[in-house]
Amino acid sequence: MDFHLYMAQRLSALVMAPLVLGHIAVMIYAVQGGLTAAEILSRTQGSLLWFLFYGLFVVAVSLHAAIGLRTVAQEWLGLRGVALSALALVTGLGLFALGAQAVWAVTFA
Amino acid sequence: MGDKLKVTVRRGGPGAQHDQTYAVPAEDNQTVLDVVSWIQQYADPTLSYRFACRVGMCGSCAMTVNGVPRWTCRTHVRKVSERPEIHIAPLRNLPVIKDLVADMDPFFDKWIGAEALHHPSRSREEAIAPIDPQDAARQEADLGIECINCAVCYAACDTVAGNPDYLGPAALQRAWTLLNDAKDGAHDTILDAVSGTGGCHACHSMGSCTQHCPNELDPMRAIAGLKRDTVRRAFRGRR
Ligand code: SF4
Ligand code: SF4
Ligand code: FES
Repeated sequence: MDFHLYMAQRLSALVMAPLVLGHIAVMIYAVQGGLTAAEILSRTQGSLLWFLFYGLFVVAVSLHAAIGLRTVAQEWLGLRGVALSALALVTGLGLFALGAQAVWAVTFA
Repeated sequence: MGDKLKVTVRRGGPGAQHDQTYAVPAEDNQTVLDVVSWIQQYADPTLSYRFACRVGMCGSCAMTVNGVPRWTCRTHVRKVSERPEIHIAPLRNLPVIKDLVADMDPFFDKWIGAEALHHPSRSREEAIAPIDPQDAARQEADLGIECINCAVCYAACDTVAGNPDYLGPAALQRAWTLLNDAKDGAHDTILDAVSGTGGCHACHSMGSCTQHCPNELDPMRAIAGLKRDTVRRAFRGRR
Protein backbone atom coordinates (compact mmCIF):
# COMPACT_ATOMS: atom_id res chain seq x y z
CA MET A 1 0.00 0.00 0.00
CA ASP A 2 1.48 3.33 -0.90
CA PHE A 3 1.45 6.47 1.15
CA HIS A 4 -1.58 8.08 -0.48
CA LEU A 5 -3.83 5.09 0.08
CA TYR A 6 -2.57 4.88 3.66
CA MET A 7 -3.44 8.53 4.27
CA ALA A 8 -6.85 8.24 2.58
CA GLN A 9 -7.69 5.26 4.76
CA ARG A 10 -6.54 6.91 7.99
CA LEU A 11 -8.33 10.17 7.23
CA SER A 12 -11.56 8.41 6.25
CA ALA A 13 -11.38 6.50 9.54
CA LEU A 14 -10.99 9.80 11.35
CA VAL A 15 -14.10 11.13 9.62
CA MET A 16 -16.10 7.97 10.29
CA ALA A 17 -15.43 7.68 14.02
CA PRO A 18 -17.61 10.63 15.17
CA LEU A 19 -20.22 9.86 12.49
CA VAL A 20 -20.61 6.29 13.79
CA LEU A 21 -21.13 7.62 17.32
CA GLY A 22 -23.63 10.19 16.06
CA HIS A 23 -25.46 7.52 14.09
CA ILE A 24 -25.73 5.21 17.09
CA ALA A 25 -26.82 8.03 19.38
CA VAL A 26 -29.61 9.04 17.02
CA MET A 27 -30.67 5.40 16.62
CA ILE A 28 -31.02 4.98 20.37
CA TYR A 29 -32.98 8.20 20.55
CA ALA A 30 -35.13 7.30 17.54
CA VAL A 31 -36.27 3.85 18.74
CA GLN A 32 -37.69 5.27 21.98
CA GLY A 33 -41.42 4.75 21.68
CA GLY A 34 -41.35 2.64 18.51
CA LEU A 35 -39.98 3.17 15.07
CA THR A 36 -41.87 4.00 11.89
CA ALA A 37 -40.76 4.89 8.41
CA ALA A 38 -42.88 8.01 8.57
CA GLU A 39 -41.14 9.16 11.75
CA ILE A 40 -37.68 8.70 10.22
CA LEU A 41 -38.61 10.39 6.99
CA SER A 42 -40.11 13.32 8.86
CA ARG A 43 -36.72 13.90 10.39
CA THR A 44 -34.60 13.42 7.29
CA GLN A 45 -36.67 14.72 4.39
CA GLY A 46 -35.52 18.06 3.10
CA SER A 47 -32.80 18.23 5.77
CA LEU A 48 -29.49 19.53 4.50
CA LEU A 49 -27.90 18.51 7.80
CA TRP A 50 -28.80 14.82 7.46
CA PHE A 51 -27.89 14.92 3.80
CA LEU A 52 -24.40 16.16 4.67
CA PHE A 53 -24.07 13.83 7.69
CA TYR A 54 -24.86 10.66 5.80
CA GLY A 55 -23.41 11.91 2.52
CA LEU A 56 -20.04 12.36 4.18
CA PHE A 57 -20.46 8.99 5.87
CA VAL A 58 -21.03 7.29 2.52
CA VAL A 59 -17.98 8.91 0.95
CA ALA A 60 -15.77 7.92 3.90
CA VAL A 61 -17.08 4.34 4.00
CA SER A 62 -16.59 3.87 0.24
CA LEU A 63 -12.99 5.04 0.43
CA HIS A 64 -12.15 3.16 3.60
CA ALA A 65 -13.70 -0.15 2.59
CA ALA A 66 -12.31 -0.08 -0.95
CA ILE A 67 -8.75 0.48 0.27
CA GLY A 68 -9.10 -2.18 2.96
CA LEU A 69 -10.50 -4.78 0.57
CA ARG A 70 -7.77 -3.89 -1.90
CA THR A 71 -5.14 -4.90 0.67
CA VAL A 72 -6.98 -8.12 1.51
CA ALA A 73 -7.23 -9.00 -2.19
CA GLN A 74 -3.55 -8.22 -2.66
CA GLU A 75 -2.31 -10.31 0.26
CA TRP A 76 -4.78 -13.18 0.21
CA LEU A 77 -5.79 -13.52 -3.43
CA GLY A 78 -2.51 -12.38 -4.92
CA LEU A 79 -4.17 -9.77 -7.14
CA ARG A 80 -1.81 -7.23 -8.68
CA GLY A 81 -1.73 -4.29 -11.10
CA VAL A 82 -4.80 -3.46 -13.15
CA ALA A 83 -6.92 -6.24 -11.65
CA LEU A 84 -6.22 -4.94 -8.16
CA SER A 85 -6.99 -1.31 -9.06
CA ALA A 86 -10.14 -2.37 -10.90
CA LEU A 87 -11.39 -4.32 -7.90
CA ALA A 88 -10.77 -1.37 -5.58
CA LEU A 89 -12.44 1.05 -7.97
CA VAL A 90 -15.52 -1.14 -8.52
CA THR A 91 -15.88 -1.70 -4.77
CA GLY A 92 -15.53 1.98 -3.98
CA LEU A 93 -17.88 3.19 -6.71
CA GLY A 94 -20.38 0.41 -5.96
CA LEU A 95 -20.55 1.29 -2.27
CA PHE A 96 -20.81 4.96 -3.14
CA ALA A 97 -23.66 4.34 -5.61
CA LEU A 98 -25.63 2.25 -3.09
CA GLY A 99 -25.04 4.69 -0.25
CA ALA A 100 -25.67 7.83 -2.26
CA GLN A 101 -28.93 6.42 -3.59
CA ALA A 102 -30.12 5.68 -0.04
CA VAL A 103 -29.12 9.10 1.27
CA TRP A 104 -30.83 10.82 -1.62
CA ALA A 105 -33.95 8.71 -1.12
CA VAL A 106 -34.43 9.76 2.52
CA THR A 107 -33.54 13.43 2.10
CA PHE A 108 -34.35 15.16 -1.17
CA ALA A 109 -36.01 12.53 -3.38
CA MET B 1 24.07 -41.44 27.22
CA GLY B 2 22.77 -43.32 24.24
CA ASP B 3 19.69 -41.15 23.85
CA LYS B 4 18.83 -40.12 20.33
CA LEU B 5 17.06 -37.12 18.85
CA LYS B 6 14.68 -37.68 15.98
CA VAL B 7 15.64 -34.92 13.58
CA THR B 8 13.66 -34.29 10.43
CA VAL B 9 15.33 -32.07 7.87
CA ARG B 10 13.74 -30.47 4.82
CA ARG B 11 16.02 -31.43 1.93
CA GLY B 12 16.20 -30.61 -1.75
CA GLY B 13 16.05 -27.58 -4.00
CA PRO B 14 13.41 -25.47 -5.73
CA GLY B 15 10.27 -27.44 -6.51
CA ALA B 16 11.63 -30.75 -5.23
CA GLN B 17 11.71 -30.72 -1.45
CA HIS B 18 11.19 -33.67 0.85
CA ASP B 19 11.71 -34.48 4.52
CA GLN B 20 14.46 -36.80 5.64
CA THR B 21 14.81 -38.13 9.18
CA TYR B 22 18.03 -38.78 11.09
CA ALA B 23 18.84 -40.20 14.52
CA VAL B 24 21.28 -37.83 16.18
CA PRO B 25 22.99 -38.49 19.55
CA ALA B 26 21.46 -36.27 22.22
CA GLU B 27 23.82 -34.20 24.37
CA ASP B 28 23.21 -32.26 27.55
CA ASN B 29 24.21 -29.05 25.89
CA GLN B 30 23.41 -28.94 22.24
CA THR B 31 22.35 -26.24 19.83
CA VAL B 32 20.26 -26.78 16.73
CA LEU B 33 23.33 -25.86 14.68
CA ASP B 34 25.29 -28.60 16.49
CA VAL B 35 22.62 -31.05 15.42
CA VAL B 36 22.75 -29.96 11.77
CA SER B 37 26.57 -30.08 11.82
CA TRP B 38 26.50 -33.60 13.31
CA ILE B 39 24.27 -34.79 10.47
CA GLN B 40 26.53 -33.23 7.87
CA GLN B 41 29.69 -34.65 9.43
CA TYR B 42 28.56 -38.12 10.48
CA ALA B 43 25.42 -39.04 8.56
CA ASP B 44 25.18 -37.22 5.26
CA PRO B 45 27.97 -35.04 3.87
CA THR B 46 25.71 -33.79 1.08
CA LEU B 47 23.57 -31.76 3.51
CA SER B 48 23.91 -28.04 2.74
CA TYR B 49 23.52 -25.33 5.37
CA ARG B 50 25.11 -22.04 6.31
CA PHE B 51 26.91 -20.75 9.36
CA ALA B 52 30.04 -18.79 10.20
CA CYS B 53 30.53 -17.33 13.67
CA ARG B 54 28.59 -19.78 15.87
CA VAL B 55 28.17 -17.03 18.48
CA GLY B 56 25.23 -14.99 17.21
CA MET B 57 27.10 -12.29 15.37
CA CYS B 58 27.14 -13.05 11.66
CA GLY B 59 23.46 -13.76 11.02
CA SER B 60 24.05 -16.60 8.57
CA CYS B 61 22.64 -19.60 10.46
CA ALA B 62 18.92 -18.79 10.60
CA MET B 63 16.52 -21.65 9.86
CA THR B 64 12.96 -22.66 10.61
CA VAL B 65 12.99 -24.84 13.70
CA ASN B 66 9.70 -26.56 14.57
CA GLY B 67 7.95 -23.95 12.47
CA VAL B 68 9.63 -20.95 14.12
CA PRO B 69 12.41 -18.86 12.57
CA ARG B 70 15.50 -18.88 14.81
CA TRP B 71 19.24 -18.32 14.88
CA THR B 72 20.32 -21.92 15.20
CA CYS B 73 23.78 -21.35 16.69
CA ARG B 74 22.24 -19.87 19.82
CA THR B 75 19.12 -21.98 20.03
CA HIS B 76 19.38 -24.93 22.38
CA VAL B 77 17.52 -28.06 21.40
CA ARG B 78 15.90 -28.20 24.84
CA LYS B 79 14.47 -24.76 24.34
CA VAL B 80 12.54 -25.67 21.21
CA SER B 81 11.10 -29.03 22.12
CA GLU B 82 10.28 -31.03 25.22
CA ARG B 83 10.23 -34.22 23.22
CA PRO B 84 13.44 -35.46 21.55
CA GLU B 85 12.13 -34.43 18.12
CA ILE B 86 12.90 -31.45 15.94
CA HIS B 87 11.96 -30.38 12.46
CA ILE B 88 14.43 -28.15 10.63
CA ALA B 89 13.66 -26.31 7.39
CA PRO B 90 15.09 -23.35 5.47
CA LEU B 91 13.84 -19.84 6.30
CA ARG B 92 10.35 -18.97 5.07
CA ASN B 93 9.62 -16.16 2.58
CA LEU B 94 12.86 -16.70 0.66
CA PRO B 95 13.57 -18.99 -2.31
CA VAL B 96 15.44 -22.13 -1.36
CA ILE B 97 18.78 -22.88 -3.02
CA LYS B 98 19.40 -26.32 -1.53
CA ASP B 99 18.43 -28.04 1.71
CA LEU B 100 18.69 -25.49 4.54
CA VAL B 101 20.25 -22.75 2.43
CA ALA B 102 17.84 -19.95 1.54
CA ASP B 103 18.58 -17.46 -1.20
CA MET B 104 19.15 -14.14 0.61
CA ASP B 105 19.19 -12.01 -2.54
CA PRO B 106 15.59 -10.73 -2.30
CA PHE B 107 16.20 -9.85 1.36
CA PHE B 108 19.26 -7.71 0.59
CA ASP B 109 17.82 -6.28 -2.63
CA LYS B 110 15.09 -4.82 -0.45
CA TRP B 111 17.64 -3.09 1.78
CA ILE B 112 18.70 -1.24 -1.35
CA GLY B 113 15.06 -0.69 -2.28
CA ALA B 114 14.40 0.94 1.09
CA GLU B 115 17.48 3.20 0.61
CA ALA B 116 18.79 1.47 3.71
CA LEU B 117 22.32 2.43 2.77
CA HIS B 118 24.59 5.21 3.89
CA HIS B 119 24.21 8.49 2.03
CA PRO B 120 27.33 10.52 2.79
CA SER B 121 26.80 14.15 3.80
CA ARG B 122 30.45 15.18 3.76
CA SER B 123 33.52 14.44 1.68
CA ARG B 124 36.69 12.86 3.01
CA GLU B 125 38.31 16.30 3.18
CA GLU B 126 35.81 17.51 5.75
CA ALA B 127 35.81 16.73 9.46
CA ILE B 128 33.56 13.90 10.62
CA ALA B 129 30.18 15.13 11.87
CA PRO B 130 30.09 15.04 15.67
CA ILE B 131 27.60 12.62 17.19
CA ASP B 132 25.96 13.42 20.51
CA PRO B 133 25.13 10.12 22.23
CA GLN B 134 22.45 11.84 24.32
CA ASP B 135 20.62 13.21 21.32
CA ALA B 136 17.07 11.80 21.08
CA ALA B 137 17.40 10.87 17.40
CA ARG B 138 20.75 9.17 18.07
CA GLN B 139 19.21 7.13 20.86
CA GLU B 140 16.38 6.10 18.56
CA ALA B 141 18.93 5.01 15.94
CA ASP B 142 20.91 3.11 18.57
CA LEU B 143 17.86 0.95 19.31
CA GLY B 144 18.05 -0.57 15.85
CA ILE B 145 21.68 -0.66 14.76
CA GLU B 146 22.60 -4.04 16.24
CA CYS B 147 20.84 -5.88 13.42
CA ILE B 148 22.85 -8.89 12.22
CA ASN B 149 20.91 -9.31 8.93
CA CYS B 150 19.76 -12.78 9.85
CA ALA B 151 16.33 -12.42 8.14
CA VAL B 152 14.54 -14.09 11.05
CA CYS B 153 12.12 -11.15 11.19
CA TYR B 154 11.65 -11.30 7.42
CA ALA B 155 10.74 -14.98 7.66
CA ALA B 156 8.39 -14.29 10.58
CA CYS B 157 6.48 -11.52 8.80
CA ASP B 158 3.06 -12.54 7.42
CA THR B 159 2.91 -9.36 5.35
CA VAL B 160 6.03 -10.45 3.45
CA ALA B 161 4.36 -13.84 2.95
CA GLY B 162 1.25 -12.23 1.46
CA ASN B 163 2.91 -9.40 -0.43
CA PRO B 164 6.22 -10.22 -2.11
CA ASP B 165 6.79 -6.51 -2.82
CA TYR B 166 6.85 -5.61 0.87
CA LEU B 167 10.32 -4.40 1.87
CA GLY B 168 10.11 -6.16 5.22
CA PRO B 169 11.07 -5.34 8.80
CA ALA B 170 14.88 -5.47 8.62
CA ALA B 171 15.32 -3.18 5.61
CA LEU B 172 12.78 -0.71 6.98
CA GLN B 173 14.44 -0.73 10.38
CA ARG B 174 17.79 0.11 8.79
CA ALA B 175 16.12 2.91 6.82
CA TRP B 176 14.79 4.22 10.14
CA THR B 177 18.20 4.14 11.85
CA LEU B 178 19.69 6.10 8.94
CA LEU B 179 16.84 8.60 9.05
CA ASN B 180 17.84 9.24 12.67
CA ASP B 181 21.55 9.38 11.86
CA ALA B 182 23.14 12.84 11.79
CA LYS B 183 25.71 11.52 9.32
CA ASP B 184 23.16 10.49 6.72
CA GLY B 185 22.60 13.10 4.04
CA ALA B 186 19.51 11.93 2.17
CA HIS B 187 16.57 11.81 4.55
CA ASP B 188 14.03 12.75 1.88
CA THR B 189 15.33 9.99 -0.38
CA ILE B 190 14.76 7.49 2.43
CA LEU B 191 11.24 8.76 3.13
CA ASP B 192 10.43 8.54 -0.60
CA ALA B 193 11.77 4.99 -0.79
CA VAL B 194 9.69 3.76 2.14
CA SER B 195 6.50 5.47 0.88
CA GLY B 196 5.95 3.48 -2.32
CA THR B 197 4.18 0.19 -3.00
CA GLY B 198 5.57 -2.31 -0.53
CA GLY B 199 6.84 0.45 1.76
CA CYS B 200 6.36 0.92 5.48
CA HIS B 201 2.64 1.63 5.10
CA ALA B 202 2.02 -2.00 4.13
CA CYS B 203 3.00 -3.12 7.65
CA HIS B 204 0.06 -4.32 9.75
CA SER B 205 1.88 -3.79 13.06
CA MET B 206 1.27 -7.35 14.20
CA GLY B 207 4.74 -7.55 15.66
CA SER B 208 5.97 -11.00 14.60
CA CYS B 209 9.27 -9.32 13.67
CA THR B 210 9.75 -7.91 17.14
CA GLN B 211 8.64 -11.12 18.79
CA HIS B 212 11.14 -13.27 16.88
CA CYS B 213 14.20 -11.02 16.46
CA PRO B 214 16.96 -12.94 18.24
CA ASN B 215 18.77 -9.71 19.10
CA GLU B 216 15.64 -8.38 20.78
CA LEU B 217 15.39 -5.45 18.42
CA ASP B 218 12.03 -3.84 17.69
CA PRO B 219 11.54 -3.39 13.93
CA MET B 220 7.82 -2.76 14.48
CA ARG B 221 8.69 0.35 16.48
CA ALA B 222 11.05 1.50 13.72
CA ILE B 223 8.33 1.04 11.09
CA ALA B 224 5.84 2.98 13.22
CA GLY B 225 8.45 5.75 13.31
CA LEU B 226 8.72 5.73 9.52
CA LYS B 227 4.94 5.94 9.17
CA ARG B 228 4.88 8.87 11.58
CA ASP B 229 7.66 10.73 9.80
CA THR B 230 6.14 10.25 6.34
CA VAL B 231 2.84 11.66 7.63
CA ARG B 232 4.63 14.53 9.35
CA ARG B 233 6.45 15.38 6.16
CA ALA B 234 3.19 15.39 4.20
CA PHE B 235 1.61 17.88 6.59
CA ARG B 236 4.69 20.03 6.91
CA GLY B 237 5.70 19.96 3.27
CA ARG B 238 9.13 19.02 2.01
CA ARG B 239 12.14 20.70 3.47
S1 SF4 C 1 4.95 -5.58 12.49
FE1 SF4 C 1 5.03 -5.17 10.28
S2 SF4 C 1 7.08 -5.81 9.65
FE2 SF4 C 1 6.73 -6.69 11.69
S3 SF4 C 1 5.96 -8.76 11.27
FE3 SF4 C 1 4.17 -7.41 11.43
S4 SF4 C 1 3.71 -6.69 9.34
FE4 SF4 C 1 5.78 -7.58 9.35
S1 SF4 D 1 16.03 -7.09 12.90
FE1 SF4 D 1 16.56 -8.84 14.20
S2 SF4 D 1 15.58 -10.59 13.19
FE2 SF4 D 1 15.63 -8.93 11.69
S3 SF4 D 1 17.48 -9.28 10.49
FE3 SF4 D 1 18.00 -7.83 12.14
S4 SF4 D 1 18.74 -9.12 13.83
FE4 SF4 D 1 17.70 -10.48 12.39
S1 FES E 1 26.50 -18.75 12.97
FE1 FES E 1 26.74 -16.59 13.09
S2 FES E 1 24.83 -15.96 13.96
FE2 FES E 1 24.68 -18.12 14.02
